Parts: sequence; C-alpha cells; structure tokens
Amino acid sequence: MIDVLYFAWVRERIGLPRERVETSAATVAALIEELSAREERYAAAFADLSAIRVAVDQELTDMDAPLQGVREVAFFPPMTGG
Amino acid sequence: MDIRVQQAAFALGQELERFAAGRPDTGAVVSFTGQVRDEGGTLASMEIEHYPGMTEKAISAIAAEAVARWSLTDCLVIHRYGRLAPGERIMMVATAAPHRGDAFAAAEFLMDYLKSRAPFWKKETGADGVSWVASKEEDEAALTRWDRTP
Repeated sequence: MIDVLYFAWVRERIGLPRERVETSAATVAALIEELSAREERYAAAFADLSAIRVAVDQELTDMDAPLQGVREVAFFPPMTGG
Repeated sequence: MDIRVQQAAFALGQELERFAAGRPDTGAVVSFTGQVRDEGGTLASMEIEHYPGMTEKAISAIAAEAVARWSLTDCLVIHRYGRLAPGERIMMVATAAPHRGDAFAAAEFLMDYLKSRAPFWKKETGADGVSWVASKEEDEAALTRWDRTP
C-alpha cells in the first residue's frame, strides 16, 4: 500500500487530497498508468505529464523513479513558492 | 538556520532585528521579502497551499546548501501558507555572512530555489474568478545560473 497525495489543481481535478492505493506498479510512470485507467478524472489530471511533478517519500524525483519500499508518492503541478 | 512554515503573519522588523543581533563575526545581513502583488487592482485574495512535511525538508535542504556554498554564518526563511490579502507579506529570507557579496548571492540563490523547488502553490481569486498561478519558464531557467560552483 502506498499513500498517494495530490496538490493544487491535480487535487482539484482528482477530487481528493490523498488516498491509499494498493498497487504493484514498479515505477511512478506505471502508477500513473494504473490510476489513469481507473477513472476519467485521473486520466484528465494526468493527461499532460509535462505539467506534473512528482515527489517520492517527500523528495522530488522523476517518472522513472522506482516504487519498491516507498510509503508516499505525491503528484502536483510545477511549484510556485517565494 | 531557522526555517519556519506558518499560517500566521510575521513581524518583518522584529525578525530582522533578532536575526542580525549578536553576530560579531557577521559583516553583512541581506534580506528579501515577498508580498502579495495585485496587478491591476483585480486581486481579491491569494491562497497558498503547501505539502506539510516535505515543505520543511525541501527548504532546509536548500538553506543548508546556501550556508555551505557561501559560508554563511546563518540564514532565516519564513514562508506563510493559507489565505492572504493583497499587500500581505508572503515570506522572507535573511542571510548573514562575513562579507556582503556572499550574503547577496546566497539570498538570491535561496529565492530562486524557493520559487520552484519548495512545494508551494498559489491560487488567486480575482475579478475573473479563481486560477492557479502558473510557473514561469524563467523561474526554471534562473536555477541554471547556480549550476557551477561560485
């Protein structure tokens, strides 16, 4: 089980801030494919991956990152701090 | 290093006084403050969302790199979240170093990285409705100037 978190418009499009996901996806990209196949709202949120950033266990990483042993994955748009 | 992520407002003058005080090894203190900008008088409010847990870690890592690269004697980052009105302060950074060149460079480095590597997102409510602030290409490009060691 992995905790999957969504922020900003990704959260709004999917309609929830976090969920526990039972998955055997080996990478972030595979997890996105699984989620997108679930329901249209996921597919809509992940339609343009150039607009999606990902953090694995609270560290920024990329779509090829492995998920083995991971507790938390977060998806969000490019950050706008400062 | 003092890193704070908070909803509450902060007292800029007081923070800076406290940060600068009692540092005989420090010849230079530089600070930057970000405020909610209302372009054209149409902004009602700005909502800042963040990723509790990761935010503090990400800022700490950025600050630690700044301290190491420019031999800072200290640095301070305060960043707010929640709903803010136009003109309200969003955040501040302050850097302390023996000489001003390092303090200025480190403050710019901190701002460039906080802009696009700390997990904050801004949503504006204005006359035209509600919209997420988009990241800018130049913000990403700004990071490349720090690629090589100073």
